[in-house]
Amino acid sequence: MAILDKHKILETNATLLLVCSFLVVTIGGLVQIAPLFWLENTIEEVEGMRPYTPLELAGRDIYIREGCYVCHSQMIRPMRDEVERYGPYSLAAESMYDHPFQWGSKRTGPDLARVGGRYSDEWHVDHLRDPQSVVPESVMPKYAFLEDKRIDGQYIGDVMAANAIVGVPYTDEMVENAQMDFRVQANPDADYDGLLERYGEDINVRNFDGQPGVSEADALIAYLQMLGTLVDFTTFTPVANR
Amino acid sequence: MSKKVKKYDDDPNTTGHSWDGIEEFDNPMPRWWLWTFYATIIWGIGYTIAYPAWPGIQSATAGVLAWNSRADVVADIAAVDEANAPINARLIETDLTEIAADANLNSYAVSSGAAVFKTWCAQCHGAGAAGAKGYPNLLDDDWLWGGTMEDIHVTVSHGIRNEESDDARYSEMPAFGRDELLGKTEIAQVANYVMSLSGVPQDASQVEAGAAVYAENCSSCHMDDGTGDIYQGAPNLADAIWLYGGDYATVYETIYNSRYGVMPPWNTRLSEAQIRAVSAYVHQLGGGE
Repeated sequence: MAILDKHKILETNATLLLVCSFLVVTIGGLVQIAPLFWLENTIEEVEGMRPYTPLELAGRDIYIREGCYVCHSQMIRPMRDEVERYGPYSLAAESMYDHPFQWGSKRTGPDLARVGGRYSDEWHVDHLRDPQSVVPESVMPKYAFLEDKRIDGQYIGDVMAANAIVGVPYTDEMVENAQMDFRVQANPDADYDGLLERYGEDINVRNFDGQPGVSEADALIAYLQMLGTLVDFTTFTPVANR
Repeated sequence: MSKKVKKYDDDPNTTGHSWDGIEEFDNPMPRWWLWTFYATIIWGIGYTIAYPAWPGIQSATAGVLAWNSRADVVADIAAVDEANAPINARLIETDLTEIAADANLNSYAVSSGAAVFKTWCAQCHGAGAAGAKGYPNLLDDDWLWGGTMEDIHVTVSHGIRNEESDDARYSEMPAFGRDELLGKTEIAQVANYVMSLSGVPQDASQVEAGAAVYAENCSSCHMDDGTGDIYQGAPNLADAIWLYGGDYATVYETIYNSRYGVMPPWNTRLSEAQIRAVSAYVHQLGGGE
């Protein structure tokens, strides 16, 4: 083991030790991380995934701002108990437009990966305003202030442009019409044909919080009602050997 | 400190490092430790052969056991489904009204229905099914859309006033105030009349005028005597059970803005057996007809 006897050279040359340490860490990192970029089964292709609408994206930002991910995960693991409680297990593709992803690592509250459509908008309003009014045993804080905070989506086009840079397929047309799409999604009386044309027919256009105008609660509920609904699991069959 | 420090006269066996006269022993590792270490290395190599591990160009090695998490969960679910298949088939074949008569089947339906209820229904209707403001109490015999097994089964399957199911139960009370169908005085009068049906109105002098407003605007759905109509989901106003509240302010608000309670359809998320089970559970809670 002659090579092992040479460790004195490394141990007595701090710079050489540093360079070699970096080398080892780099190789380790490459082996673990780099394959994920080319392995075909990292992210399978699924139908239905689309970029978030401006209102949903704003809701997502509120979700992150309020730290919802601290208590709620968005990752249904492939286990029977989770699938029976929350629905089909999460696919990597379902968070492909998330920057950053919201998988979370802690469940004080339930998983939210498929919360979309599970409750009515009114329930969400009641629940955000006073969670204990509908779930007495809940320890969730009150988020009533979200209804009172009006937002106009002034910067949502910029957020979308930033997302486009990191790979979310927002078109120039989507970015240009961001503020208009933002407003009409919470107003079923408005002309929202453009929104449906750009993002798809299945967009929820409703007055989510039941009040005129767009509030932070509108944005957050629009986001929550979309979660987990983009991939149609009645037609999608996951490849079993992944 | 009873032992004497040993002196090393012959071969001190040190690493050869000396710092300020302090030297470091170069004793071998304990054998048990060393062999455990080697064993973990061998185990690790075996593990990467048995399970998916090494990345290649297109995909990673599958491992000789061909294990994967997806197949695992599919097998788990299939095993449970298979075990329950006979009784679930019986549950689906049996007429809704006959389930309660079959003790064995009923006991299965009610306990599996309770599990479904706690997972999917408790968030609105409460863990004990007592409901909350805007979310009906399922323990009483006051039903908005009917309390027979068939009625409950339809409501659970298709929901109420949702956009997803075409067969959802649907009705919409006009927003008498917001849409300017009635003036504020008339709303105040009819609110007092409605309160008088089941108790004490806030202002008894308005009840008589309210009765006229009621007859003209409300009786077609809520019936002349205020007992409601389950075919239109029109609540019984003559009892003391209130979905949103029976105080003057709430009744006024209900008439002014109307209410639009939504329930999602469950036939897209639950199997027919689960829907039948939860219907049986709700039916036996106390109010089933």
